[in-house]
Amino acid sequence: MANAAQPTAKSDERVKEISAFRNALIRPELGGIVGTVAVFTFFLLFAFDSGMFSSQGFMNWSVVSAQFMIIAVGACLLMIAGEFDLSVGSMIGFAGMMIAIFSVTYGWPVWIAIMATFVLCTAIGAFNGWIVVRTGLPSFIVTLAFLFILRGFTIFLPQVIERKTIIGGIIDVSEGDWLAPVFGGKILGGLFTWLGEAGIISTFERGTKAGQPVVDGIPMLIVWAIVLIIFGHVLLTKTKFGNWIFAAGGDAEAARNSGVPVNRVKILMFMFTAFCATVFAVCQVMEFGSAGADRGLLKEFEAIIAVVIGGALLTGGYGSVLGAALGALIFGVVQQGLFFAGVESSLFRVFLGVILLGAVILNTYIRRIITGER
Amino acid sequence: MTTDSKFHHVDPKADVQPIIEMRNIEKHFGRVIALAGVSFDVRPGECHCLLGDNGAGKSTFIKTMSGVHQPTSGEIFFEGKPLHFDDPRDAITAGIATVHQHLAMIPLMSVSRNFFMGNEPTHKVAGISFLDKKKADEVTMEEMRKMGINLRGPDQAVGTLSGGERQTVAIARAVYFGAKILILDEPTSALGVRQTSNVLATIDRVRKQGIGVVFISHNVRHALAVGDRFTVLNRGKTLGTATRGEITPEELQDLMAGGQELAQLEGSLGGTV
Ligand SMILES: Nc1ncnc2c1ncn2[C@@H]1O[C@H](COP(=O)(O)OP(=O)(O)O)[C@@H](O)[C@H]1O
Ligand SMILES: [Mg+2]
Repeated sequence: MANAAQPTAKSDERVKEISAFRNALIRPELGGIVGTVAVFTFFLLFAFDSGMFSSQGFMNWSVVSAQFMIIAVGACLLMIAGEFDLSVGSMIGFAGMMIAIFSVTYGWPVWIAIMATFVLCTAIGAFNGWIVVRTGLPSFIVTLAFLFILRGFTIFLPQVIERKTIIGGIIDVSEGDWLAPVFGGKILGGLFTWLGEAGIISTFERGTKAGQPVVDGIPMLIVWAIVLIIFGHVLLTKTKFGNWIFAAGGDAEAARNSGVPVNRVKILMFMFTAFCATVFAVCQVMEFGSAGADRGLLKEFEAIIAVVIGGALLTGGYGSVLGAALGALIFGVVQQGLFFAGVESSLFRVFLGVILLGAVILNTYIRRIITGER
Repeated sequence: MTTDSKFHHVDPKADVQPIIEMRNIEKHFGRVIALAGVSFDVRPGECHCLLGDNGAGKSTFIKTMSGVHQPTSGEIFFEGKPLHFDDPRDAITAGIATVHQHLAMIPLMSVSRNFFMGNEPTHKVAGISFLDKKKADEVTMEEMRKMGINLRGPDQAVGTLSGGERQTVAIARAVYFGAKILILDEPTSALGVRQTSNVLATIDRVRKQGIGVVFISHNVRHALAVGDRFTVLNRGKTLGTATRGEITPEELQDLMAGGQELAQLEGSLGGTV
C-alpha cells in the first residue's frame, strides 16, 4: 500500500475507449430517429402518389400521430419513473363517457363537465398510484384491475342512465362554450385560407365550400400534443423533478436513501398519465360529438409500444419524451400510410409486432453499453 | 499484519463531544430482533469502524442512524441534543451522509445526475425553477478531479465506472454537501486491492477535514488500516469498543467471530484465517 494515498488520475488502460459511433448510439432517441427516417423514406419512395403527402393526407396522419403522442408522453414519464398504467385505454373511454353524462344527461355547462372529468380522472390516477406505492404491488396488476373496473363502469353507466352505450349530442350542448374549442377547435384558420388562395394547398373545387382550403386549420389535438411533448421534455431533462423521475425509476431504494420523495414522484406521474388520457378523451369527444363505451380500446398498449420504440426501458430509469413522440409519429405514419397505400390493414399489426421486438432488442443492447453489463 | 499504517491517526480524546451518540438502540422486524441494544458514538475527525460478521446487524444499525429505519427503542443525540429522524431527508439535512452497501448510485444515470440526486442545484428562468445543469456538471467534474477520477464527461453513466470509482463518487458527494458524519457501509467488500487502498486513502482524507467517519467492514485488515476506534457487533449486540493500539488484529478477529469457534478453526487451518 505504498502509493495508495496518491489518487491515480490516470484512467484504467484496460477500459476500451468507446468509439464515437457507439457513443452516438447511447441516446434513447436513436431508435426513434432511425425509425422515423426509415418510415418516411419508405413511404416517400413507394406511396408518394397515394395522396399521403397532400395537405389532406398530411393532416390525416398528423392527427393520428398526435393522438398517439398525447398518451405516449404520459406513459413515457410514468415508465421512466418505473411504473406502467394499463388502464389508459379504459380511462379514455371512461373520461369521454363522464363528459357526455355530465353535459348531455345532467345538462351541466360543458366547461364544468370537462373540468369535473379532469378532476375525477386525475384523482383515479392518484388512487392507482397510491395503491401501487402503498402495497408495493407491481403497477402492472393494479392498473390491470382498473382496466376492467373503468371499462365496466363505462359500459354500465350509460346503460342505466340512458339505456344505450353511445351518448351523442355533445356538439349541440357545447355550442358557445368557452372551454370546448380548447379541445375541439382549430387554430391558424386565416393562414390556411391564405395558403389556399395562394394556391399552395388544395381547395374545394365544387359545392358550398368551393374556394375554401380542404384543410382549414390545425386541430387543437395537435396543439395539445406539441404542448404536452414540450412540457414533458422540459420537465424530464431540465428540472429537479425530472432528475427525481429518473432516480425513482432507476432505483427507488437508492433514490429514497438520497432523499428523493419517490412515492410522491410516482403518484404524480400516475396522475399525469391520467391527465393525458383525459386530454385525449376530451379531444375525441369534441371531434366525434359523442362518447362511446368502446372508445380507447387497446390504447394503453399502443402508448407503451410508442414509448418503447422511443427508446425507454421497460424496467424504468431511462428514456426520452422526444423519443416517445417519434415512436408515436412512426406509429401514426405507418398506420395511415398503409391505408393510403392500399395495403391490407391487418399487416399493420404484423409491422407493430416486428418493430416492437426490434426496439426492445436495441434498447437492451444500449442498456448494456451504458451500464457496462455483459 | 501489524497495526502500523501510513495514515496519521488522531488521538481519540474522550473529552471531545461526539457529533452523534446512539444509546441502546433496538430494532425489531416483526419477530426478528436485528438489534438488541447497541450503543455507539462518533467524534469529529475520527474513523470509527463498525465490525461484525454477515448478519450481525451492521447495516440495520447504520440505517437507524441515517433515518431509513426508525429504532424500536433507544435514544439518538445529535450534537448533544435528542433527535429523531423521520426519513433519510431529515438525516441528510442534519449532516449525516450515508453510502449504503448496495444502493448508493443509479447505474443508468450520469455521474452528474447521481452526484446531485436529491440535492439538485436550480436557477430561475422567467420565474420557473430549472435544473442548473451547467453548475452540476462543473462541480461534478471538479470534485471528481479532486478525488483522482478523470471522467470522460459529466454525462458519463455511473454504470461505466468501476466499483471503487462508484464508492469514490458517493464519498465525494457526501463531502461536497457538507456532511458532518459520513457512513460507509462495506465500501471495500466488493473491491480489489488497488481500489480498496484508494477508498481507504479517501477515508483518511475525509477524516482530516474534521468529518466523523463510520466505516463498516467485516475485514479486520481494512479496518485496522484506517480506524481510530473499533466497535464489534455480534448477533445484534455490541461486544465492546476498543481504541487503536489497545487491541491486536487477532483479538479483533476473534471478537468478530464470537470468540472460541474461530480460535478452534484457526488451529485446524494453521493460522491462515
Ligand atoms: N427489513 C428487514 N426485515 C426483516 N429482517 C431484516 C431486515 N433487515 C435486516 N433484517 C435482518 O436483520 C439481521 C441483520 O442484518 P444486516 O443489518 O443486514 O446485517 P449485516 O449488515 O451486519 O450483514 C439479519 O438477520 C437480517 O435478516
Ligand atoms: Mg450489511
